[in-house]
Amino acid sequence: MFSPVYISDMNCVTPLGLDLQDNWIAILKEDTGIDVHTVGCFENIYTAKIKDLPTVRTDLTYLERMLYLTLEPMVRSKPLGAKTGFILSTTKGNIEFLSEGKSEEAQLHKLAFKMSSLFGFITRPIVVSHACVSGVLAVSVAKRLIQTGQFDEVFVLAGDKVSEFVLSGFNAFQAMSAKPCKPFDSGRDGVTLGEAAGAILVTKSPEHALVEIVGEGAINDANHISGPSRTGEGLYRSISSALNEAGIDASAIDFISAHGTATPYNDEMEAIAFDRLGMNDIPLNSLKGYYGHTLGASGLLELIISILSLRHNKLIPTKGFVSRGTSKDVNIITQKMDVPLTYILKTASGFGGSNAAAILKKVNG
Amino acid sequence: MEELKEELKGKIIEVLNLEDVAVADIDDSDALFGDGLGLDSIDALELIVLLDKEYGIKLSDPKQGKSIFESVNTMADYIAKNRTK
Amino acid sequence: MDSALYISHYSKIEKGLISVDGNVIFHAGEAQFSDFIKQAFKYQQLDYPKFYKMDNLSKLAFLSAEVLLRDEEDKEDIALVLANKSGSLDTDVKHQESIQDAANFYPSPAVFVYTLANICGGEISIRHGMKSEQVFFVSDAFDVVTISNYATYLLASQKAKKVLCGWVELFEENYKAVLYLVERAGTKLHTINNINQLVKN
Repeated sequence: MFSPVYISDMNCVTPLGLDLQDNWIAILKEDTGIDVHTVGCFENIYTAKIKDLPTVRTDLTYLERMLYLTLEPMVRSKPLGAKTGFILSTTKGNIEFLSEGKSEEAQLHKLAFKMSSLFGFITRPIVVSHACVSGVLAVSVAKRLIQTGQFDEVFVLAGDKVSEFVLSGFNAFQAMSAKPCKPFDSGRDGVTLGEAAGAILVTKSPEHALVEIVGEGAINDANHISGPSRTGEGLYRSISSALNEAGIDASAIDFISAHGTATPYNDEMEAIAFDRLGMNDIPLNSLKGYYGHTLGASGLLELIISILSLRHNKLIPTKGFVSRGTSKDVNIITQKMDVPLTYILKTASGFGGSNAAAILKKVNG
Repeated sequence: MEELKEELKGKIIEVLNLEDVAVADIDDSDALFGDGLGLDSIDALELIVLLDKEYGIKLSDPKQGKSIFESVNTMADYIAKNRTK
Repeated sequence: MDSALYISHYSKIEKGLISVDGNVIFHAGEAQFSDFIKQAFKYQQLDYPKFYKMDNLSKLAFLSAEVLLRDEEDKEDIALVLANKSGSLDTDVKHQESIQDAANFYPSPAVFVYTLANICGGEISIRHGMKSEQVFFVSDAFDVVTISNYATYLLASQKAKKVLCGWVELFEENYKAVLYLVERAGTKLHTINNINQLVKN
């Protein structure tokens, strides 16, 4: 019923590298961006912070520089017309303005407008701010708006930075890991926060396409605003919805890029949802051991790295994982493997009972 | 001790926004979680902050909370023994 | 795409007034938001103590949905497409106040959890059992074109049976909520003009 939609370009700026290539090289070496940093009054804690972010322009905040460095190479030589959309995915944007009492400057729509003007988009910027599923959901929004005819192509840009604001909140939630996070592991004890920006170009045209977005869904648990569902209901339904749209069985998925925050409840919930779908044997990873949890960027960043996996037919291990720590069996990738890949599933879950899933199929590969 | 219990009830009602609940409605031995006041996981985290902020008690292991937050009795006992302010 | 979609019902909360389908159902006069919304909630005679734990944005969204969905049945597949201008800024400021002073640093989990704009949608979902598609957009004013296309997509793709759309804005004492239900039956067509009239007036 709807025309196919593709992803045809991408980039990211993270603690592991300031472009796609450097990130992939670091991932293949199994480097981590997590290190000891001091953030506000939190001294010597593990976070994944970018160490030397270039000062490309002096009129930009730290986060804006991350966003600028990510998208600028992609739009540099592109005409941005009336059918070119711009979606920004972020949870907290320029939140540090609040500590200076500048609440108006911290508005997310202001950040989107500033970035949009900087790049020269002529359509109205769209902000998706939906907790930790923002990045994956923003891809769905781009696809859906292309399928309604509103746009021919959409640049999706996602970013969040490490802040005392978020750290203090996760800490009050007793959700911070004392050590670098250990997704799906029996000894996991919480999140490591990170910062990153990622960008993709979503298109109607199959030209230069890397993948087709064959199905996606973003369904709420309707259970609790902070606690993950005990049955993984929303994630189960999100994946089911994506599979249904793609017209494939769960067994057709070659690889799952899970959310895997390394909190006891989240990873358990995901394992339950995958088990309910009979996806126990499908190779699965969480990239949080490389990048930490980058909030509104995480879903998009992990989707980007997973597209690289897909294009290179290479499975990436779950850094930090040693032994299974979920009640249901899931096939956690523990070492690099060369495997032919066609379909991949990216998922995310977050506060507010939110979940998102997207299935990508390799094209032109 | 009775004074501490009364004070504690008032603070619980205040920080957990228990509208329509009065100090007199809470028995010292009422279960705070489950069927009692119907508190949930966020409330438990909020009680950990209350111990820290009001009584200078830092819970190193949040799992300790389960036995401490059973009732006003257990909470008051713990505070009396461990308070630093 | 098939355009036979309708706005079946709508609710508004603004300036101490609550209305459903244009009929005022509650009026509080000159009260502060927190007093007004509490009075309005009590007037609904609803046994839902969690309401008092919500932040102001969630209280606003919750009550707007409550009066609109009162007579709805089978709510599980009603999608939720919400937008506002200030995101969760009102609660962000409160969380910031709790960490501003290093000597008095007591961030509250119950406040922090509301420092995400989409939580108010989560509260609506929990209340009505809406295990459904959801998204939260932020923009300086209601983006009618994007929201209407998005709702149309959800219905045309059968990812939702109905879509609850709207604007739920709150920062300090400035607040406004307009929610409307989009479905395949009704009399008011789901058009840009009709949505504009609802939301902008």
